[in-house]
Amino acid sequence: MNEALLLARAQFGLNIGFHILFPTLTIALAWFLVAFRLAYQRTRDPAWLATYQLWVKIFALTFAMGVVTGVTMSFQFGTNWPRYMTTVGAIAGPLLSFEVLTAFFLEATFLGVMLFGMQRVPDWVHIVASILVAFGTTVSAFWILALNSWMQTPAGHVFADGQWIAADWVGVIFNPSFPYRLAHMLTASGLTAAFALAGLSAWRLLHAPFDHGARRTLRAGILTAAVAAPVQIFLGDQHGLNTLEHQPAKVAAIEALWHTERGAPLVLFAIPNEKTRRNDYAIELPYGASLILRHEKRAEVKGLDAFGLDRPPVAPVFFAFRVMVGVGVLMLALSWFGAWATRRGRTAPRWLLWTFAACTFIGWIATLAGWLVTEIGRQPWLVTGILRTAQAVGEASGAELGASFTGYVLTYALLLIAYLVVLTHMAGKGATPKEA
Amino acid sequence: MDLPLVFMIVMGAAVLAYVVLDGYDLGVGMLMPAASAEEQSTMVASIGPFWDANETWLVLGIGILLAAFPLAHGIVLTALYIPVVAMLVGLMLRGVAFELRVKAEGWHRELWNWLFWLGSFAASFFQGVMLGRYITGFEQGFGFWLFAITVGASLCGGYVLLGATWLILKCEAGLQAKAFAWARWGLLWVALGVGLVSLATPLVSETVREKWFDFPRTLWVMVLPAASVACGAWLWRATGAKRRTNEMLPFALAVAIFVLAFLGLAYSLYPYVVIDRLTIWEAAAHPSGLKALAIGAGIVLPFIIGYTILAYRIFRGKANEKLYD
Repeated sequence: MNEALLLARAQFGLNIGFHILFPTLTIALAWFLVAFRLAYQRTRDPAWLATYQLWVKIFALTFAMGVVTGVTMSFQFGTNWPRYMTTVGAIAGPLLSFEVLTAFFLEATFLGVMLFGMQRVPDWVHIVASILVAFGTTVSAFWILALNSWMQTPAGHVFADGQWIAADWVGVIFNPSFPYRLAHMLTASGLTAAFALAGLSAWRLLHAPFDHGARRTLRAGILTAAVAAPVQIFLGDQHGLNTLEHQPAKVAAIEALWHTERGAPLVLFAIPNEKTRRNDYAIELPYGASLILRHEKRAEVKGLDAFGLDRPPVAPVFFAFRVMVGVGVLMLALSWFGAWATRRGRTAPRWLLWTFAACTFIGWIATLAGWLVTEIGRQPWLVTGILRTAQAVGEASGAELGASFTGYVLTYALLLIAYLVVLTHMAGKGATPKEA
Repeated sequence: MDLPLVFMIVMGAAVLAYVVLDGYDLGVGMLMPAASAEEQSTMVASIGPFWDANETWLVLGIGILLAAFPLAHGIVLTALYIPVVAMLVGLMLRGVAFELRVKAEGWHRELWNWLFWLGSFAASFFQGVMLGRYITGFEQGFGFWLFAITVGASLCGGYVLLGATWLILKCEAGLQAKAFAWARWGLLWVALGVGLVSLATPLVSETVREKWFDFPRTLWVMVLPAASVACGAWLWRATGAKRRTNEMLPFALAVAIFVLAFLGLAYSLYPYVVIDRLTIWEAAAHPSGLKALAIGAGIVLPFIIGYTILAYRIFRGKANEKLYD
């Protein structure tokens, strides 16, 4: 791989990986805010208003982080991957533009009303604004995942006039992996926001054990996670079976299966070795992969050798997948135990509060790991079967990429530190009721 | 219908909307060091509800460039790589500073105030540099870069003018009086900058020179600079110490100057999307993509304009300094 390609990928990966953290949190957090706002409307309990006002500020900060990193993305398509647009631009361009048109403006405009408009508009307008912001974040996920899924499992396109265009937009948008990926991503957002809510509330309770509002939001976060975690495991399994059907090479890399075989084992842990094309230090469950993927002990599972050179690197996909699944199981265990420990108004023990506080951003780890699995798992393709990553790279020089890469890394480090410091500071101070 | 031309107009309108709307945000950001701590709170509050949506017009403009003119998107953004990155870092610092400066305490708050100013300034300056490089067709050489830097400095003046006139509209008493004075400084700065750029543009681009100095067409197109000068003179009068009665007028005139400058630029460049290299039609995306985009934009844009107007109505009147706390 040449230097410019490597840098272009590293830079784009850094940007999108940094960006994804914030929408993942805001998509579901926006719906939590709708719930808090409606709870205040119903009960007129000032504690709900205070909760809303605290979390709307956290939302605004997170949203701003998402906006500024998202703006960067819209430029980098052209700077890092110019051939992407000239090859599949007739499909990717409209999808990206629809996101800006239908979601971005909606969120940005009504967030202003949500944040600052409570005294200026009637209650119902403020509630509608909160709902529109939440709706906007979800619509935004819809378009972005439609495009991402299309790049994974393209459908509805034809080749005409030297490029790929849409023959059937419904087919393009609702491509084979789209429903699974969208459901998986939205649930991931639910879990991420639930753990952030629970974690920051736990952090507050460590400082102020009798904060009524924080006890409520802790419980809300835990219960949401307790429901979302098993749903996510089910959805993840379905998504995996869909991937097996449409992107078998990705699944082979996930399972580190080097050779096609009947009765393939499930590799629990190993160090995949690209040179010898085998797994070092493997711990395997006999027939496991055949059972999970084909639901039959002796069924044949395609190994990496079936795909020649058109297959992803194994180790990153293999490890990222295990991190994702491990974190998922941890989230299930934690949320169920937490739900039990706080049942019927019981007070969570301090060690449990510490555990939840430590797991505030656990959703980010699972999301990033899952994103690495799906994106690296698609390599060497940028758009499966249509455009290779190496073909799409631009003419920006290594020096330009290197300089800008450094600039981004420094800026992002500053932003992330500031974000985390302010967030824990705000959550530690907690919500203070005041007049609306 | 000539879809590439339609999208060129829509893209131009989106960029103009961005320049005017985020221009006043960035201008207010650049004026921050000239105000007291209390005034700074009011200034930030005057743009707080709007900046997010204002910045979205830039994303729309770039989105249309990407979707409707993919060839140009690649060429333009590759050629502008470094100024684009510098501008984006500026926008990032400015955007998060809104939220962070009020939540930070002690020297942290000072740091974010400073980064708010730096981010606003860097974003403005490098947008101007991008424009300067774009007009010259990305020619390399000392003179061309000097030109780009001059455009960058002039655009900062333009945004300061927009920001100051916005503050006249949104603020009261002492701060408003200061804003009147700032607007006059901004206007002088713009006049100097636009003068230099107008003199230099025909020198750096033959295509532009032919457009403007081709008799008898020159007589017609000179209406644009003449109208700009008239607006500038009127603005100077309206911000004079004895005539500060109309709060809306200075902002309206500042916007008018930007619109006129924009029309002049559009006239200079047409029909190119990359000057001397790529026309609108050569750069256009495949008709199937353009059609899908046209349908989507046609349905959604009226709604966006509608609720943008609604948001400005909700937050009309003077800014409340307790917005962030």
